[in-house]
Amino acid sequence: MQFMLLFSRQGKLRLQKWYVPLSDKEKKKITRELVQTVLARKPKMCSFLEWRDLKIVYKRYASLYFCCAIEDQDNELITLEIIHRYVELLDKYFGSVCELDIIFNFEKAYFILDEFLLGGEAQETSKKNVLKAIEQADLLQESLVVFHSVCFFLILIFS
Amino acid sequence: MPAVSKGDGMRGLAVFISDIRNCKSKEAEIKRINKELANIRSKFKGDKALDGYSKKKYVCKLLFIFLLGHDIDFGHMEAVNLLSSNKYTEKQIGYLFISVLVNSNSELIRLINNAIKNDLSSRNPTFMCLALHCIANVGSREMAEAFASEIPRILVAGDTMDSVKQSAALCLLRLYKTSPDLVLMGEWTSRVVHLLNDQHMGVVTAAISLITCLSMKNPDEFKTCVSLAVSRLSRIVSSASTDLQDYTYYFVPAPWLSCKLLRLLQCYPPPEDGAVKGRLVECLETILNKAQEPPKSKKVQHSNAKNAILFEAISLIIHYDSEPNLLVRACNQLGQFLQHRETNLRYLALESMCTLASSEFSHEAVKTHIETVINALKTERDVSVRQRAADLLYAMCDRSNAKQIVAEMLSYLETADYSIREEMVLKVAILAEKYAVDYSWYVDTILNLIRIAGDYVSEEVWYRVIQIVINRDDVQGYAAKTVFEALQAPACHENMVKVGGYILGEFGNLIAGDPRSSPLVQFNLLHSKFHLCSVPTRALLLSAYIKFINLFPETKATIQEVLRCDSQIRNSDVELQQRAVEYLKLSSIASTDVLATVLEEMPPFPERESSILAKLKKKKGPGAVSVTELEDSKREGGELNGGGDRGSDTASTPSPSADLLGIRSAAPIGAAPASAGSLLVDVFSEAGSAFSPFLSLFLLISFHTMAKSLPPCPCIVCVWMAFPSFFFFFSFFVFTSMVPFPICSHPLSCGLSAPPSEDPAPPLSEADELLNKFVCKNNGVLFENQLLQIGIKSEYRQNLGRMYLFFGNKTSVQFASFTTTVSCPGELQSHILLLNVQTKPVEPLVEGGAQIQQVLNIECLTDFSEAPLLNIKFRYGGALQNLTLKLPVTINKFFQPTEMASHDFFQRWKQLSQPQQEAQKIFKANHSMDTEVLKAKLLGLGTALLDNVDPNPENYVCAGVIQTKSQQVGCLLRLEPNAQAQMYRLTLRCSKDSVSKRLCELLAEQF
Repeated sequence: MQFMLLFSRQGKLRLQKWYVPLSDKEKKKITRELVQTVLARKPKMCSFLEWRDLKIVYKRYASLYFCCAIEDQDNELITLEIIHRYVELLDKYFGSVCELDIIFNFEKAYFILDEFLLGGEAQETSKKNVLKAIEQADLLQESLVVFHSVCFFLILIFS
Repeated sequence: MPAVSKGDGMRGLAVFISDIRNCKSKEAEIKRINKELANIRSKFKGDKALDGYSKKKYVCKLLFIFLLGHDIDFGHMEAVNLLSSNKYTEKQIGYLFISVLVNSNSELIRLINNAIKNDLSSRNPTFMCLALHCIANVGSREMAEAFASEIPRILVAGDTMDSVKQSAALCLLRLYKTSPDLVLMGEWTSRVVHLLNDQHMGVVTAAISLITCLSMKNPDEFKTCVSLAVSRLSRIVSSASTDLQDYTYYFVPAPWLSCKLLRLLQCYPPPEDGAVKGRLVECLETILNKAQEPPKSKKVQHSNAKNAILFEAISLIIHYDSEPNLLVRACNQLGQFLQHRETNLRYLALESMCTLASSEFSHEAVKTHIETVINALKTERDVSVRQRAADLLYAMCDRSNAKQIVAEMLSYLETADYSIREEMVLKVAILAEKYAVDYSWYVDTILNLIRIAGDYVSEEVWYRVIQIVINRDDVQGYAAKTVFEALQAPACHENMVKVGGYILGEFGNLIAGDPRSSPLVQFNLLHSKFHLCSVPTRALLLSAYIKFINLFPETKATIQEVLRCDSQIRNSDVELQQRAVEYLKLSSIASTDVLATVLEEMPPFPERESSILAKLKKKKGPGAVSVTELEDSKREGGELNGGGDRGSDTASTPSPSADLLGIRSAAPIGAAPASAGSLLVDVFSEAGSAFSPFLSLFLLISFHTMAKSLPPCPCIVCVWMAFPSFFFFFSFFVFTSMVPFPICSHPLSCGLSAPPSEDPAPPLSEADELLNKFVCKNNGVLFENQLLQIGIKSEYRQNLGRMYLFFGNKTSVQFASFTTTVSCPGELQSHILLLNVQTKPVEPLVEGGAQIQQVLNIECLTDFSEAPLLNIKFRYGGALQNLTLKLPVTINKFFQPTEMASHDFFQRWKQLSQPQQEAQKIFKANHSMDTEVLKAKLLGLGTALLDNVDPNPENYVCAGVIQTKSQQVGCLLRLEPNAQAQMYRLTLRCSKDSVSKRLCELLAEQF
């Protein structure tokens, strides 16, 4: 996979992950072009299209479009299920995920994606294993949140 | 704000995001962002050390701002600080920032690499994974240098945690993709391959991507993976849907891994080991069988995952192309999908069938679905699916169904989407040509194409129909009749006018017997379209008219009248005006014999690769059409197109190849440098001759005659005398004013695509000396050895030049594979085109004692110092001769003499007073200092020799302007001889310093 983009129906980019080195300018150009192309397509159309020398696989979930660019020899259908698995992971983690979750916790969306895909290839396809890794990280984080709240509390008391 | 269940500790970030979301306008958003950036900047710069939490929060805000599409130019240092934090969450944000926003600041990379190194050696799996993710996300060369040797160790170490192994495998893959030279598997190879046997499915899933990529590059080293992959695949395929627990996806066991295993196997030929092969065939059969079983779930995920494996299996079957049984089953399966209600499946089935169509085992099976595919082309609602259907029709087309398919595609064209029309047109044109049994059908089809989709008919298409009509005399009469009829339509496309003009100009006589299409009717019909056409078409029509004058003397008066009218002869377009003037003159001066020779019917075009096919290939990118196309034509080409019936009278055609597509036939050797380099040049070379055939023919004749008998025969001399400027400019126009379609262009930049056999030899040691001989003269013998003599005649006007090279074979033995290439070494370094040199390829064979001629057209774009190189290669008695000379094209050739009085001269001399504008040299006389000789040389230089300017009558002063396309350079010259000392002092002042220098160097060798 060369890159993955998440964008809203209004064309706002919510997440971008690039697995090939490109300049910022090029990335913006690609994003603009693809968002336009995909949004222009009608609901019943097929989920694949040829674009430049790549294949685009996209799927819409509620207000969000998930869009992947894969190479010629890559499998379209399995990419579609990569998207679905990622959605499932987000859903499980956030508890029926919505676009706002991804906006406000964008860093989490990136962390989950990194556990699932790395360098554009599937790293771990088991839902359980991915979530386990994320949860372990959250455990570390949670203890820290408690710590910060305590600090905050102390500051309140002493100020 | 959503209720976030877990983790979030950064309230400030959430508030900021909310603020941004509440902004009503883009301006408000930018204002809010700038405020935040100022705030963060001041925090980072402030004296108070920030705690890790604040740093993390601000870095996160910066990241958010960046992801909104704004530039971020600070915060990297803080992010690197976070990397070294011991707190996981801070480290994680630090890594995220670096992954998203890394720049090539080497200072920073070193720091980052340091932090990564620490984490990799921490033995804390969570930290290790973060570090590996970062490497995989950034994947820069610096990182490859630092870690490429470390990561394989982590990957195969026995005590590495599974999750770390997974990250390490994909991290290595990324580094391999960016810097393959740095990732050396060597000793690790076999242990990496054995990861396919790993207990942990996740490890196998990650490792197989790496192994696949490595196998593609080094198939031999990774060969052992085949049997491992087959056994792993077999275990998965035969497992029950619950066996693999969490790796089962909607009742499909390990779909990702299965696809990747099948993909890996596509890097190799079928397994040689019978047992392995048997097991694999069993797997493939099982997969095909499962497709027929009722689905275990109604969910689309289930069917997608299952079919993903199925399609990958079919790809493997097609890749092997050795199991007829499996191929036919695959084809039947795809046939079912063609009518599936899921658009995605129909799309993929059409796509996959395209490749099946090229296999001899399944080609027939694919053909049985023709009706379904035609139906898809007509009824699919999604253009990308229709596109696939069109592709498949193209792929399944053969002699048996060509007429049906072409007809369907033509009728589809009437309503086709704009986005795919051009490609459709090309495909129709190719199929029509490739499978034409009778050429009247071909002509009908192409004219229909122009009628239906004229705007999308690229030039290649109509050039091609003309090439074919010219080359096949059995279709010429029909073509003339058909275009004549097509032109009757009140509104016809301009491309139709072009084809019509060309064909009637050549073959109008074949239908002139019918009073309904008498010469005058034909002419009036063409001329009725004239005023609606663009300039190039009008130019073509004018050429058709002059051809008419030759074909039908009775139209001469009418046509001359047309040419003579002000709208032609005084047309504001210089091209049209010139044609009108010259054709008018030609028709009134030249005798009928001359006219008949000059305007003779076009000779057959050399058989070459179809320009259309070349275009389609280009459009599709290399490799897209190639293999199947080649094989197809091998199968179908020869006997179908069998152009052999014209074999006898095409003796002049360089390659008497049978098929019109001429894919197999190499281009004539003379054109090899062009066609070897790029198809495009080849296409244009044909295009050029199609575009202005009469003119090129014109030249052809004059040059042929000249080449055959030098000095030229009286008749030609007479023409030359009558139109000295006419010929010069006229022929020039053919070569240069049609720059987009040069007859055969070898612009200097193409010098790179030199002949295939051997690199050009370095220039001869005496090349400079030879060059110097020609500074002050334009004609003479450039080079001579025991085999070859090269003579030169050249003429220059303004910034344009024309050079005739005469290659004489001094031996009695034939020179074979004679090629010449012109290149310019200076340009290769500077990448600036200084000179534009166009050549026409020479005949590849030079008989003993014969002389051949080559014409070069030279355009000086800007001033230059290095002379172009002329490389000549040929075989003499089997031995390759390879020699390189400098072409005597020097900057002074583009001099325009300027007369001026003494007063003016010195005034200008003073104006050019900057030190770098002057070049001076004092040198010893090498030749006679005789006044007349000196004068002749200075005049030969191209400048005006000014008398009564210098107070000292012994001195010589000259003035001239060098004409280049980009600018004019004024030059003044003063030569002061000292007869007693046998010395000269030469001073040059030019408005461009490089010119002074170059001229001074050149001239110092002359006196």
